[in-house]
Formats: sequence, C-alpha cells, structure tokens
Amino acid sequence: MKTLIRISTAAALAAGLSLGGTAAQAAGGHGGPELMHPSWSFEGIYGRYNEDQLKRGWEVYAQVCASCHPLDYMHYRNLEGLGYTEDEVKEIAAQFEVRDGPDEWGEMFTRPATPPDAFAEPYENDALAKLANGGVVPPNLSVMTRARDGGADYVYSLMLGYEGGVPEWVHEEDPDFALPPGKSFNAYFPGYAISMPEQLFEGAVTYSDGTEATPEQMAKDVTAFLQWAAEPELEDRKELGRYTLLFLIVFTGVLYAYKREIWKDAH
Amino acid sequence: MSSTPNPVWSNRAIKWVDRRMPIFTLMYNELVVYPAPRNLNYWWNFGSLAGIALVILIFSGIFLAMYYVPHEDMAFASIERIMRDVNYGWLIRFIHMNTVSLFFLCVYIHIFRGMYYGSYKAPRELLWGIGVIIYLVMVGTAFLGYVLPWGQMSFWAATVITSLVTPIPWVGEDLAIWLWGGFGVNNATLQRFFSLHYLFPMVIFALVFLHLWALHTTKSNNPLGVEVKKKADTLPFHPYYTMKDAFGLGVALIALAFFVFFAPNYFNHAINYVQADPMVTPEHIVPEWYFLPFYAILRAVPDKLGGVVLMFLSIAIWLALPWLDTSKVRSGRFRPLFKWFFWLLVIDFCILTWLGAMPAEGAYVTMGQWATAYYFAHFILILPLLGWFEKTKPVPESISAAVTAGHDKEAAA
Ligand code: HEC
Ligand code: HEM
Repeated sequence: MKTLIRISTAAALAAGLSLGGTAAQAAGGHGGPELMHPSWSFEGIYGRYNEDQLKRGWEVYAQVCASCHPLDYMHYRNLEGLGYTEDEVKEIAAQFEVRDGPDEWGEMFTRPATPPDAFAEPYENDALAKLANGGVVPPNLSVMTRARDGGADYVYSLMLGYEGGVPEWVHEEDPDFALPPGKSFNAYFPGYAISMPEQLFEGAVTYSDGTEATPEQMAKDVTAFLQWAAEPELEDRKELGRYTLLFLIVFTGVLYAYKREIWKDAH
Repeated sequence: MSSTPNPVWSNRAIKWVDRRMPIFTLMYNELVVYPAPRNLNYWWNFGSLAGIALVILIFSGIFLAMYYVPHEDMAFASIERIMRDVNYGWLIRFIHMNTVSLFFLCVYIHIFRGMYYGSYKAPRELLWGIGVIIYLVMVGTAFLGYVLPWGQMSFWAATVITSLVTPIPWVGEDLAIWLWGGFGVNNATLQRFFSLHYLFPMVIFALVFLHLWALHTTKSNNPLGVEVKKKADTLPFHPYYTMKDAFGLGVALIALAFFVFFAPNYFNHAINYVQADPMVTPEHIVPEWYFLPFYAILRAVPDKLGGVVLMFLSIAIWLALPWLDTSKVRSGRFRPLFKWFFWLLVIDFCILTWLGAMPAEGAYVTMGQWATAYYFAHFILILPLLGWFEKTKPVPESISAAVTAGHDKEAAA
C-alpha cells in the first residue's frame, strides 16, 4: 500500500506540474481584474444545463449576437437540445434566410432555413465582416468557451466588462494607454481595446418567458447558451462519466481484493 | 530458466495450429509460466500500462481517422464534426487526447524506474536502448498528432519545431522547405504529418515487440538488482503479475476516466480551439506538458543550433547510460549516495518541466541554464564518478534469501 501511495503522489506531482504550466499560461501577460465567477449549473460532476436558461440565452444570441457572430458547425436541428420541439425548431429556422442554389436557371437564391440547415452566416464573406466591424472579423462563437482561458467565466466577464472611459488603474499600469478610435474599453479583453461595442444594455432583448432583461441576466444566459453550443455533449459526458467511474472504482476494488488473495502465500 | 515442459493442448484446433506454428506454446511460455522475479514492486506496473495506453491510442486513433480530414481548410471543422455529429465521437477523441498524457506519464515513470534500479546495466543494455528509441518515436508521434487538429497551437508548434532544422549549416534552409513541402507549414505539411502520424504508432508497436523479446531473454530486473538464480526467486507471470497488472490498470483507468469525462480539455491549450491562422502569432507558444523539460533545454542555449543539438543529446545520452554508470551495484537501494543524486535528477527534471512553460526571459533563462547544466552533469560527471567513490551497501545473496529474511518486506507488497 505504501508503494501505491507513492505512485499516486508521483502522479499528483506530474498533474500539479502541468497545472502549473496551464496556470502560467492563463496568467500569460495581461493584467486586468480577475474574472467574475457566477455559479454555473453545468459545473461539477453532476453539472447539467438549465433548459429555460439555454432558451433565454438563445434569444439573446438570436436577437443580439447573430447579426455579427456566426455559430459554425451547428445546425438548426441542434436547437432541439435546448428543449424546443421539432415543430418549434421548424418555426425558428424559418425565421432565418439561408443561401441555396444554383436553381434550374443557374441562379443562387435565398430561402427560409429548415432544421437540417447550418446556421445562417451573418456576412457573406470576411471582407464584408471586416468592413462592418472596424477591420476585425467577429469570431465564431460556437467554440468560444473552449477557445479562451477562463471559458464561461471569461465570456460572462467580457460581456459585462465595458466602461465608459478608461479607468484610472489602467493608467497606473501603463501611463501611455490610449483607446484607439472605434474601439471600446473592456477590462477583461487582452489589451483592453476591443472592436466589439458594448452589447448588453438594460432591456436589449425581450425574453419570451417574461424574465427581466438586466445586463447580468442576459450575460449569464447567453454565456450558458454558448457553453452549450461549445459542449453539447456535456450532460451525456458527465452522466456516462459517473457510471464509468463508479464501475471502475468497484471493479478495481474487486481486482485489488483478488490480487491480495492470490498473493497471500507468495510473501 | 524456461525449463518448464511445453504444454499439452487438448483442444484440437489449438493443437492443430500449434503443431504447425507453436504460437500457443509461445504465448503460454511468455505470458503464463514466464518466471518473473517474486519481488517486483508497483513501479514495475508502468511498462504494461504504457503498452495498454499504446493499444488504446491505436484503437481510438483508427476510429478518429475515419472522420478526420487532413486538409488545411477542413481539418479543424472535421474535428468539430467528430465532437458534435459522430456518435460518441467526443468520447473517442477525448480518450485519444487524454491517453497521450497517460502514455507519457507511464513512460516517464518507467524510464526513471529503470534509472533508479539500474535496469539499463548489463545484460540489459539493448533492452534499455530499444526503450529509448521507442521514446524518441513517441515524441515524434505526439508532435505530429498535435498538429492534426489544425488549431493555432498546432500550426505554430509545427512552425517552431520544423524550423529547428534551419540553423543546420549548408542544408538547413533546403531541409526545412523539403520537410514542409512548401515555403512554410502548409497543406502539404498537414497531409504528410497525418500520413506519418498513422505510421509511427505501428513502428512503436513493432519496437515494443523487440523490447519484450529482449526483456524475455534477459528477464526482468527487480528492486534488489540481483539476478534470478533459482526457481524460488520467481513466480509465474500468471496469475501473480497478470493480477497485479490488472489492478494497476484499474487504477490508471480511474484516473484516465476522470479526465476524459470531467476535465477533457485539462491538458489542452484553449487557443488550440482557434483555427490555425498563419497571419496571427499566439502570444505564447507552449508545447504539451510532456515536452516541457526538453523545450526548456532547447531554450537554455542562446544559439539556436546549439539548443537543438543539446535537446537531442539530452535524450540520446540515455543510450550511453549503461557505460556512463560505472558502479558495479545495480539497484539504487544499495547505493546510499546515488539515491540522493537520483532524486536530485528527478527534481531537476521537474524544474525543467516548469521552466519549459515559463516565458524565456529574465531569471527563467538563467535558471534554465543551471538546470540544463545540472542535467548533463548528472550523466557525464556524477554517475561516472559515483562508481569510483561510493561505498555501497552489501547486496543480498539472492532474491529468495532477501525475501525470507524479511529484508525486502516492501518489495513484495
Ligand atoms: C456589432 C457586431 C457585434 C455584435 C452584435 C456582437 N459582437 Fe461580439 N465581437 C464583435 C467583434 C468585431 C469582435 C472582435 C473583437 C476584437 O477582436 O477586438 C467580437 C468579439 C467577441 C468575443 C471574443 C472576444 C475575444 O476574446 O476575442 C466574444 C466572446 C463575443 N464577441 C461575444 C458576443 C456576444 C455574446 C454577443 C451577443 C450578446 C456579441 N458578441 C455581439 C462584434 C460583435
Ligand atoms: C503512439 C501513439 C499515438 C500518440 C502518442 C498520438 C498522439 C496524438 C496527439 C497528441 C493528438 C492531438 C490531440 C488533440 O489535440 O486533438 C492526436 C490526434 C490524432 N491522432 Fe493520434 N496518437 C497516437 C496514435 C494514433 C493512431 C494509431 C492513429 C490512427 C490513425 C491516430 C490518429 C489521430 C487522429 C486522426 C488525430 C486527429 C484528431 C484529434 O486531434 O483528436 N493516432 N494524436
């Protein structure tokens, strides 16, 4: 048993080392305040999504973010994962236009989207996207929580991190800091100058469940939605994980007992 | 040792095959009655664990390859498709990703186990050397695999590592272009990396067989470092070590499952979920944790070519270990001074790992140079000298003598 403990210490050490590495990266360079950390329903080994929250988050995305940000790799049919019925998804999809074609006359055309369609792109191409957004293409949001250190906390903080002017602590950090024209100040964005203007003003969306649309509420909902968009497998994964771990722990216990039984006379 | 009589097969099909090609007899002799020292401790579990990790990687990899598209415009999206639209694709991918870490952890423990117990000494030099080669091919495989998802870190790691050849005098530049199949990392690079990433694991698999062949010829070393002399020193591999390995596998799978299901991206860099963009260099280019010690050695040298050479030597020097270590005593257990230096090396290795993740600036650079210097000093100064100066403790007569004397309580645990 003593050796076992030593082995697990070694493993923990190795894990700790790589953790150190990850932490070092996360700290990588830019200062700014610590990320906000609201409580998320999808955290922990029993984590689940909250369907009402996801639906509200989808409403924020559809009413605000969709005009600039794509959700690549996703299809309208995926919205059933939010708890919408097949018919509701058909209705939702029909509100968006997608490009199709060529038709029998060789022409491209637009038509209302159907569930198997990929989400409509906000811009026809990157050049147009840049033109509309001060030279920066608004990034795809469907992997966003996986693609930033801090994940959901980062996205949430970013949405709420806007300030009217440049706060004093920034000048203490860097006396020469000046916000370039066309950019907004965001305390959580690396370098603080972001090309996305503030989005979540009081009442920016109308929730169909009547929830009051405060900036915090919208930020939380849209972040939960984006987390789901990035990890749609999360609930299945954690559930399968709980059963697998339980099985492995019991099975390994049995193996240990059996091993001791076999080795009993060999000592 | 294999004085056991060959088995008599009662099943007629087995008998038929075995008479024409004694594969069942071979398996029986090598996996069932194979005489293993009776005192192997849990550090001896990591070889078989690494082997199982390799098999898991090959299986999950073959399934990934059914959907993966090695094209610069489609690779990233194809991974997302695996994660979203392929049934249990996320599971297969997360198993593949996290088993790499398990594989390297096992192999590192396996290597350091060998260093502590002197497993590289005669007559096991070849066994050890094949192991070092396996490790080198593993490094290559993991590097190639990391490029496949075509994220930002994939692309820039590929760029940094392939340009290591450019400082080679005369041919460096041309060599880089030849490796890339272009004037920088591009689609041709991705395709050849995929091809090689599929090939290398098969090479490792073959090398593992050579490794085992050598092992079964010289037989396992053991915590006492004294050779097996009589039957009482051994236990049949089955059921003793099959059960012990099975239990160890259970523990490893628990750890693996924890990461696969609850922290699947823990060892990954977030930025690798941003598609590769040759126009945008990430702020920090950091390799996977298992490459960090060697990355630190690479960066310890101000001269690029020197760094590359030193990094290569830092692994190649393991090949010379059987001759650098001049001590007559095999196991570290009977070498009071060596023990200390062994753990210092482990600490040094951990420091290098940590430094590999730090930016190459200020105090980190100096620390990296000292840690690198110590790493090499261990092999070319300390080990050869220790053999001369160290006063070793008496080595027991035989394994069974030590076990019955209770001398080796822990080893038989
Ligand atoms: C007017 C267009 C526009 C709208 C609407 C918009 N964004 Fe953005 N967003 C941008 C642009 C442009 C960027 C790139 C910012 C940069 O790199 O400076 C961006 C970047 C982001 C980023 C990435 C920041 C980073 O770390 O790189 C996130 C996350 C984000 N937006 C979330 C949202 C969410 C959520 C919404 C809806 C509530 C939204 N955006 C609405 C234009 C928009
Ligand atoms: C020595 C064994 C192997 C090692 C060390 C290894 C290592 C890796 C690594 C580090 C990645 C990147 C993971 C990521 O960030 O997504 C990867 C991806 C991949 N590997 Fe392997 N691999 C091995 C065996 C195989 C085999 C046998 C195949 C089968 C052809 C395979 C196919 C793939 C594919 C298709 C990918 C891209 C998908 C992905 O990124 O998840 N691998 N491998």
